[in-house]
Amino acid sequence: MKVSLVVNGSPREVDLPPLSRLLDALRGPLGLTGTKEGCAEGECGACTVLLDGDPVNACLVAIGQCEGRRVTTVEGLACAGHLSPLQRCFVEEGGAQCGICTPGMLLSAEALLARSPDPSELEVREALAGNLCRCTGYQRIVESVRAAAALRRGGGGAAP
Amino acid sequence: MATSPPASASTVGRSVPRTDGPPKVTGASRYVDDIPAMPGEIFGRTVRSPVPRGILRGVRLDPAFDWSDVTVVLAEDVPVNVVALILDDQPILATGKVNHAYEPIVLLGCADRLKLARAVQAVALDIDPLPPVLDARAALDGGEIIWGADNVIKRYLITHGCADAARERGEASEAAIDAALARCEVVVTGTYASHHQEQLYIEPQGVIAWWDEAGAHATGSIQCPFYVHKAFLKAFGLPPDRIHITQSVTGGGFGGKEEYPSIIALHAALLARKSGRPVRMIYDRTEDIEATTKRHPASCEITSGCDRDGALRALKIRILMDGGAYATLTQVVLSRGALHAAGAYRWDDVWIEAAAVATNTPPNGAFRGFGAPQTIWAIERHLDRVARELGCDPLDLKAKNVLRPGDSTATGQVLRVSVAGEECITRAIAASGYRQKRAAGPVVRGRVARGIGLSVFMHGAGFTGSGERYYKGKVALDLAPGGRLRIRTASTDIGQGTETVFRQIAADAAGLPLDRVEFAVPCTTTVPDSGPTVASRTVMVVGSIVEAAARELASRVRAEQAGQEPGAGEGDGGAAAGPPALSFEEAADRLLAREGQVTSLKQYEPPDYVRWDDEAYKGDAYPCFGWACDVVEVEVDLDTFEVTVVDFWSATDVGKAIHPVMCKGQIEGGSLQAIGWALSEEIVWQGGRIKNPRMTNYIIPTSLDAPPFHVVLVEEPFPFGPGGGAKGIGEMPMDGGAPAVAAAIEHATGIAARALPLTPERLLEAAWSAGRGERL
Repeated sequence: MKVSLVVNGSPREVDLPPLSRLLDALRGPLGLTGTKEGCAEGECGACTVLLDGDPVNACLVAIGQCEGRRVTTVEGLACAGHLSPLQRCFVEEGGAQCGICTPGMLLSAEALLARSPDPSELEVREALAGNLCRCTGYQRIVESVRAAAALRRGGGGAAP
Repeated sequence: MATSPPASASTVGRSVPRTDGPPKVTGASRYVDDIPAMPGEIFGRTVRSPVPRGILRGVRLDPAFDWSDVTVVLAEDVPVNVVALILDDQPILATGKVNHAYEPIVLLGCADRLKLARAVQAVALDIDPLPPVLDARAALDGGEIIWGADNVIKRYLITHGCADAARERGEASEAAIDAALARCEVVVTGTYASHHQEQLYIEPQGVIAWWDEAGAHATGSIQCPFYVHKAFLKAFGLPPDRIHITQSVTGGGFGGKEEYPSIIALHAALLARKSGRPVRMIYDRTEDIEATTKRHPASCEITSGCDRDGALRALKIRILMDGGAYATLTQVVLSRGALHAAGAYRWDDVWIEAAAVATNTPPNGAFRGFGAPQTIWAIERHLDRVARELGCDPLDLKAKNVLRPGDSTATGQVLRVSVAGEECITRAIAASGYRQKRAAGPVVRGRVARGIGLSVFMHGAGFTGSGERYYKGKVALDLAPGGRLRIRTASTDIGQGTETVFRQIAADAAGLPLDRVEFAVPCTTTVPDSGPTVASRTVMVVGSIVEAAARELASRVRAEQAGQEPGAGEGDGGAAAGPPALSFEEAADRLLAREGQVTSLKQYEPPDYVRWDDEAYKGDAYPCFGWACDVVEVEVDLDTFEVTVVDFWSATDVGKAIHPVMCKGQIEGGSLQAIGWALSEEIVWQGGRIKNPRMTNYIIPTSLDAPPFHVVLVEEPFPFGPGGGAKGIGEMPMDGGAPAVAAAIEHATGIAARALPLTPERLLEAAWSAGRGERL
């Protein structure tokens, strides 16, 4: 089945069985290995991408559901080679350690900041509750997201 | 061009952006499964035993299945069928008998993933089941012998004081400690149990292996590349220079990728050898949870004696650990457990007997803390009980007895340097308001009770005893064009920040800016063996070799600048009279042009004073210890017994924080792992098989389960540590969380739990027992 979708702003087409996972389409034919697989059952959130702006687990989405839709992956966050505020803050505030959960975390956080520019700590924790991290204890991640929110509100860095 | 950067360029102690951060946040980092397929690459799978124990009669391949494009590897295809580790008791593929469920028996390789999955189903294993031994106590009793002569993998005895004197006289040390206990005013006995824990790194185990004219190659998610190298040496009988093991970016390990990657790498390499093609083996989550190592369950039976005023006198502990089916690193884990079993306290007389046994469960192995969390859980819970018996607050009992400079430990180690137990207690208490909150008693609002508790602990920094003398860890630093340095070490960055911290240490030692230092990908072909990436030794031990090598290399360049022989004008630059004629970069390039290669290869030299007797288990178990006090505040739902950790304070002595943000990140992350171990993480067993091998039902904490962490970094420098006194911090945060959580639950509810995990079911059971008047 041929599926046309817009990935990180560019129109792309894949030819896969309709029940193939979006995760496999991204990591396979689309060559975007930034999206990781941690559990294959929608628990760890490592494969989180944005589908029309909403965070989804790419391991639970069939490619057949993606016709004409917009997908944003971690590769789409940086703008013209510059890290987004979220990416910068994850580097600077210790939000990324081993880094395997980071792409998914970033996209969940991106969706949060898009709808809530000044989130409370609880809002951040709720938004990230579907993304498991085994390294950080989440504290640095929460601080990274709140620092990025402040940076975005202050006009620092380009929002993607 | 500046000839040498100003002192303000120093980065040690500053939280610079982590150097592997940008590729990690852009998705550019290549973890093993992100590496593009090699030409002809196939996938590998493992066929595993469905039963925990049995006689393997044979393997049948379904003749109706098309095997033409499937590579099949059996035990008979393995040159030397042993996973080389400490005791060499574990086969690469089972043959003759099966010793645990999920034991690997057959390997399959195929280019088509779907066909490969069907091929697994087309293999029939002919196994006659035998009665399994699934419990450490049963294994120790020896009703069925499944390992060695008596199922016992290892025993240790640590004695101090009267028990020691009795040993020297050739008398029974146990009788001596019993007599010492009988003389004490207050004697308390209890048994404290802990359970399996899964490392649950988010990136599953994975390796890609291939063979070519250079020999065997494996690249993957690996903590200790030289472990895999050693395993290949044994299994394939290759010369060392024909084995090439490379770490790919690694998505967490926590010990789970210390020894296990040898197995998956051997499997992939066997398939690659037989098929003549590169093989990619990536475990799915279920296989990863089922087949790989976990934390050793342990039970500690403790009897202690003290004075009525709380001065600790005599301690007797019997530790029993479950090693699982093969020895792996069990004897070392048991040793660390025994060495930490007396806690951070001063005792006159100590007797610690530790045993680890084999059972028909998957082998247990390395996990952050390496045996210490199990025994620290026990001694901390026990001292809480002693405090209850004495009618005092556990804080007072622990503060009164915490080891101070000049005191000696259970192994007779006199604490000379970097002793910060008291300081950690003081700082944690001040930060948390423990005294006021504790005195206010459990606060009950509606159906929720709030309580606060603490733990005090120390953890040996670096390797134990003679470990460093045995390993002789090495680091190489190369001079690169433009006055750059390249660090070559086998210490891997698996998320903890090695790469960044080593760069900071080297840059400071050489007096260069951070961006002039590179970190080479750890590959056994190109880096020296720095010893394994384990045991809180990376920064403290390997970091100090990096520091020494960087200093030497920089002094050679500076000598070139000044036109002197190396070592003649070592003043860290700037101190010499008049500006040098050459810039650092020019001098480096001139040196390189003349010598071709400029490298400093350094080996670790342990401090002179470290004296350890491996036979008697006496002396300096560690060059020094890290110290900490954790304080936890919890809320317990009195209807459901669900526990919420609402706040977590930790005052942790790290010697010197090279990178404060990453240092805190380690402490927070490790503490949350400890909270998970305490409250929710549980492997559910049924007949030797795991009932919950998924992220859906093996429950680790989410961001909503994690409390706010308040970390106080205490810096009591270790004189031999790099960057001005750094000690290891990786393991400590796993040690104190569980007992502090349990103490807080006890404060909130009166339930004094003694077995982990503290699930609602277990707390309810404990409450019922208390209600029936049973002694907890």
